[in-house]
Amino acid sequence: MVANTNSKGVERLRYYLPTIVVAVAVLAVWELLVRLFNIQQFLLPKPSSIVTSLISEWPVIAPRIFFTTRSAVGGFVMGTAVGILMAFITARFVSLREAMMPFAIAANSVPIIALSPIMFNWFGPLNPFSWMVIVSVMVFFPVLINTVRGLTEVQPEALELMRSYAASPLKVLLSLRVPNALPYLFSALRVASVLSMIGAIVADFFGAERNTLGKYVTQEAAVLRFANTWAAILVASLIGIALYTFVLLVERWITPWSNGQEV
Amino acid sequence: MNNKPVISVSAANKIFNVGSDEAVIALKDINLEIQPGEFVSFIGPSGCGKSTLLRLIANLTEPTNGTVVVNGKSPQEARLNREYGFVFQAATLYEWRTIKKNVQLPLEIMGYAPEEREQRAQKMLEMVELGRFGNHYPGQLSGGMQQRASIARALAFEPPLLLMDEPFGALDEFTRDRMNMELLRIWRQTQTTVLFVTHSIAEAVFLSTRVVVMSARPGRIKDVIDIDLPHPRLFETRESEAYYGYVTAVRESLRDAFQAEIE
Ligand SMILES: Nc1ncnc2c1ncn2[C@@H]1O[C@H](COP(=O)(O)OP(=O)(O)OP(=O)(O)O)[C@@H](O)[C@H]1O
Ligand SMILES: [Mg+2]
Repeated sequence: MVANTNSKGVERLRYYLPTIVVAVAVLAVWELLVRLFNIQQFLLPKPSSIVTSLISEWPVIAPRIFFTTRSAVGGFVMGTAVGILMAFITARFVSLREAMMPFAIAANSVPIIALSPIMFNWFGPLNPFSWMVIVSVMVFFPVLINTVRGLTEVQPEALELMRSYAASPLKVLLSLRVPNALPYLFSALRVASVLSMIGAIVADFFGAERNTLGKYVTQEAAVLRFANTWAAILVASLIGIALYTFVLLVERWITPWSNGQEV
Repeated sequence: MNNKPVISVSAANKIFNVGSDEAVIALKDINLEIQPGEFVSFIGPSGCGKSTLLRLIANLTEPTNGTVVVNGKSPQEARLNREYGFVFQAATLYEWRTIKKNVQLPLEIMGYAPEEREQRAQKMLEMVELGRFGNHYPGQLSGGMQQRASIARALAFEPPLLLMDEPFGALDEFTRDRMNMELLRIWRQTQTTVLFVTHSIAEAVFLSTRVVVMSARPGRIKDVIDIDLPHPRLFETRESEAYYGYVTAVRESLRDAFQAEIE
């Protein structure tokens, strides 16, 4: 097998080609249908008008990216840190785990985002920390649940091997439980990266701060400038995809043995 | 050489799920003494308790009653002293470690210096013909290669007692023959005591100083057959009259063991 950089590039292209073709096709059909049936702009703007809006509105949208992205990233980091910490404590004590996990799994299926007004009430409607808390609560549960699973769902044979070496509990934790938990953790982080952007936007809706992407979405929709609304949604999606890709790259780097499919 | 047995099992029983409807008598009234430097094979129908017996000796499970003594100590003390190496029926490699790092695991736990770990692991890998695969992950190797890596791992710290549960089960016949010769060479050189579970009559006779034939439900020792073939065992050994005699003896004993099960 000759693998020079050139054929690798071709390989890459071939891998992504279907995705690109589908994306282009969808956009083309979208544009065509809107033009053909003369669909009203406020129902569904053409992709081309969304792009035009994005360019003309960029000076208004750009400054708002910071606040919303900071909420998403800050909340993501906070929720992940607390989730991992709690997972270690929970995994350590069987009785605690049995008491907590059903609750955590139930909490994970509650639409936590509905708690937003309460968080603003607790931490202040203008305090950026409120946004981060809202996001971190969404991130917390999947990270907690998956990390606990990863730390505890260790193959019995793998544990017996450690036992046969009379390995210390610390060694078992560091050399067996933690690496075993990494693919589980990353699968939660991939979900969490998307959740954190959703959480930040919805928190924007409820918060008092005006200079946010979420507020821009509602404000432009209220005056029927839907192409602008779509442009902001496009920006939010791109940020979400960027966060997801970042997590994916870190995952590839830290867990090279796992192809990130299972769990 | 002293004449204290390495292993002495007396009146040992192992019952799983004691007292429930699903109680299984895995081992019944096992009495066995193994002297230093012996190579003892265990053969018998599936479920006759071969793995369980090895696990009792390794202190991976406790006898329901009876006593097990290893090197004059309790199995637990022997385990904490790291007096045995265990080759599990499944390869049980850690998927997040490269093959080399897997082989180094026991050395790491036992506090060997990094250079020595490196050296020994490489030597062991070459011995099991995996010298070029040190930097691969287990997922990239075939089942037989994984099994050989797990043998390298067990041999890496040169334990005075080797407990091997069907170590060559996943190997093709030619590799298996070579591994048999390697194992015999190590056994002669290091004077370790080997307990070896196999389903192959030919392998048991060729390798062992004694063959223990077991029968199932309940798991018992049916026969113990001394193999008085000259050492070192060579490829020609397999063609000798005496060898065929032993193979026949073990086969007949095994046939009775299977017969007892069917009835
Ligand atoms: N953890 C366990 N719980 C309940 N029953 C068990 C357990 N481990 C083994 N057994 C039972 O004990 C008996 C002996 O099992 P063991 O694994 O020792 O057999 P074996 O001789 O190694 O078989 P094989 O050749 O298939 O590996 C079997 O009937 C099995 O079902
Ligand atoms: Mg077995």
